Amino acid sequence: MIEIDALTKQYGSTTVVDRVSISIATGSITVIVGTSGSGKSTLLRMINRLVEPTSGRVVIDGSDTTTEPPHLLRRRIGYAIQGHGLFPHRSIAENIATVPRLLGWNAARIQARVDSLLNIFQLDPGEFGGKFPHQLSGGQQQRVGVARALAAEPTVLLMDEPFGALDPIIRAKAQDDLVDIQRRFGTTIVLVTHDIDEAFRLGDRVAVMSHGQVLQYDRPAVLLTRPADPFISRLTGTGDRAMKLLALTTAGEAAESGAAGGPTVAASATLRDVLSDLVWSGAPEATVVNADGTPRGRLTLAAILSHGKPS
Amino acid sequence: MKTTLARRGAIDRLGALLTLGGVAALLFLPFVVFKANRILPGDARSLWQILPSWAVLAFYTIMVLVAATALGVGSARIRLAVSMIGVAALALTIGAAGDALTPLGNMVVRVSPGTGFWVLLVCLGLMSTDAITRLRPGPGIRVLFLALFAAVAGAAFASGMLDHLSVMREYEVNASRFALEARHHVLMALGSVAAAIIVAVPAGILCHRVPRLRAGTLGTLNLIQTIPSIALFGILMVPLGALAAAAPFVTEMGIRGIGAAPAVLALFLYSLLPVVANTIVGLARVSPSTVDAARGMGLTNWQILTDIELVLAFPVILTGIRIVLVQNIGLVTVAALIGAGGFGVFVFQGINQTAIDLVLLGALPTVALAFSCALLLDALVEAINRPAR
Repeated sequence: MIEIDALTKQYGSTTVVDRVSISIATGSITVIVGTSGSGKSTLLRMINRLVEPTSGRVVIDGSDTTTEPPHLLRRRIGYAIQGHGLFPHRSIAENIATVPRLLGWNAARIQARVDSLLNIFQLDPGEFGGKFPHQLSGGQQQRVGVARALAAEPTVLLMDEPFGALDPIIRAKAQDDLVDIQRRFGTTIVLVTHDIDEAFRLGDRVAVMSHGQVLQYDRPAVLLTRPADPFISRLTGTGDRAMKLLALTTAGEAAESGAAGGPTVAASATLRDVLSDLVWSGAPEATVVNADGTPRGRLTLAAILSHGKPS
Repeated sequence: MKTTLARRGAIDRLGALLTLGGVAALLFLPFVVFKANRILPGDARSLWQILPSWAVLAFYTIMVLVAATALGVGSARIRLAVSMIGVAALALTIGAAGDALTPLGNMVVRVSPGTGFWVLLVCLGLMSTDAITRLRPGPGIRVLFLALFAAVAGAAFASGMLDHLSVMREYEVNASRFALEARHHVLMALGSVAAAIIVAVPAGILCHRVPRLRAGTLGTLNLIQTIPSIALFGILMVPLGALAAAAPFVTEMGIRGIGAAPAVLALFLYSLLPVVANTIVGLARVSPSTVDAARGMGLTNWQILTDIELVLAFPVILTGIRIVLVQNIGLVTVAALIGAGGFGVFVFQGINQTAIDLVLLGALPTVALAFSCALLLDALVEAINRPAR
């Protein structure tokens, strides 16, 4: 649990972050979204005290972040940024080992952790451990950046535009991987982005920031259906909001019991994808199957459409 | 490895130029100059007058071979090997000429290499450095070349084959002095650079952290750089002399208005600008996202400086150090004027006595030292730059 309480940052007479209070549940992904200059990065950087707040406080799991020296606080909190920030003079394995080394882990434990992380991020330890960052592709560098942030098993991971430098295909893959990783470790993730689609795709809850203030902090579906401010409607766009809403529910969640014909869709597919399938194939309903191929239930066009309107 | 076979029939342009120079040197310039004693004007001698004809023919044959290689052979390896053979032939010939012209036991006559010899040496040197550049050897190989060359040259000097040449005559007379001044020279050059590193790297770090200091610091150091060395030595003599007069313990430490103290101080001041500037540039080149990531992961400011910033800036800082080391090895020569010692002692004595051989005794080792240091540090910079980035 991260409690942010009336957090404010002023530079001279300019207020960059203005009395922001939000509380972030343990094990969730919270996305802070906003235009550039909205104060989103400053808010994130105040959590690990890369920026010292002018007033207000941050409490992580019951302890105020100002009770320990900032560099010790930061070693407990993962940090990944746009353009990865890998150390060019250190090998991939050394990069990932950075925080465990600072914490004084023994060599065997560090080695085991580095290998396991490289495997999780689909990088062969034997092949990649000894390489240097410039020898990797952009997507691989980004994965190493996230692996490095997770190396010391932090309970909280802060990410500042982590996928900003990736092309769309690699970016989608990286987003899926992040969700998998989050489920696997149960890490509390706070992620900053300017991309509302990324925010909806990743966020359990999304905080929309403008001019230093959080305008609304809620589940993506609520932001779409009940925007608290005209700015939020503009940000989400109203043209395809039904489709955006459909994209927030999976076939598994919406499936009704009973056998059906039509195309087969995975339970993890979004209703938007299922709708597209049905329109494409001309079928009135689809069969939802689990990851292991066993049938889960059925989805009719009418059922899908009912998910696309505000309740 | 780049293959460098010349197109059939094509003539190497550099080779043509060097051949032209070499032929002109052999035809029109004196190879050896003979003097009855060290201050009399010399008279030129041709090789035919000095050496047996088979030796002269052998020498000319080798030179023709070198010219043919320079003109028509593309392989850099062969060009390098042949130019080295040429250098060896040149050294053997001048040594033999020295022996032949010196009557047994005569310590008064002077046999100097003439302009023809020097022009040939420059041509051969250019041919070999051109070949080395074309081979693009790695830093390790270049250092190996240097060591090999130094070993061969050392063996040549030790063998006594050059002992009858005038420069070696001057060396013989000044042998103990030479060792002492060599030590002075190296100590003053290295000491001033070491002191400059100790001051300039922290100053550069400070300028990087506090941008307001940058313009003022660099401006001041730039101003110092514009003062001619001899003037700076003079300027420093005044306060140091006053200091020594006022505080006897300073004099006991060896600090006086003349001598090594003002020289080292001046060299130190000259060294500051390149090292400070390169430290600033090197640190500025470190990507801000790398530093941000380091801080975000919990490195302390000191760890960020020593483990990340300075390591990444080191090749650039080292380039600055290379500049000042080579610069100071040259400048120390001038410091002999204010009694600081070093190879400059021979240069200025030689000038006063119009004994050009004595000038060479000071100048040649200075050039060799500066060249070797430049090559070693260049290799080091390249070796450091290679793995990462």
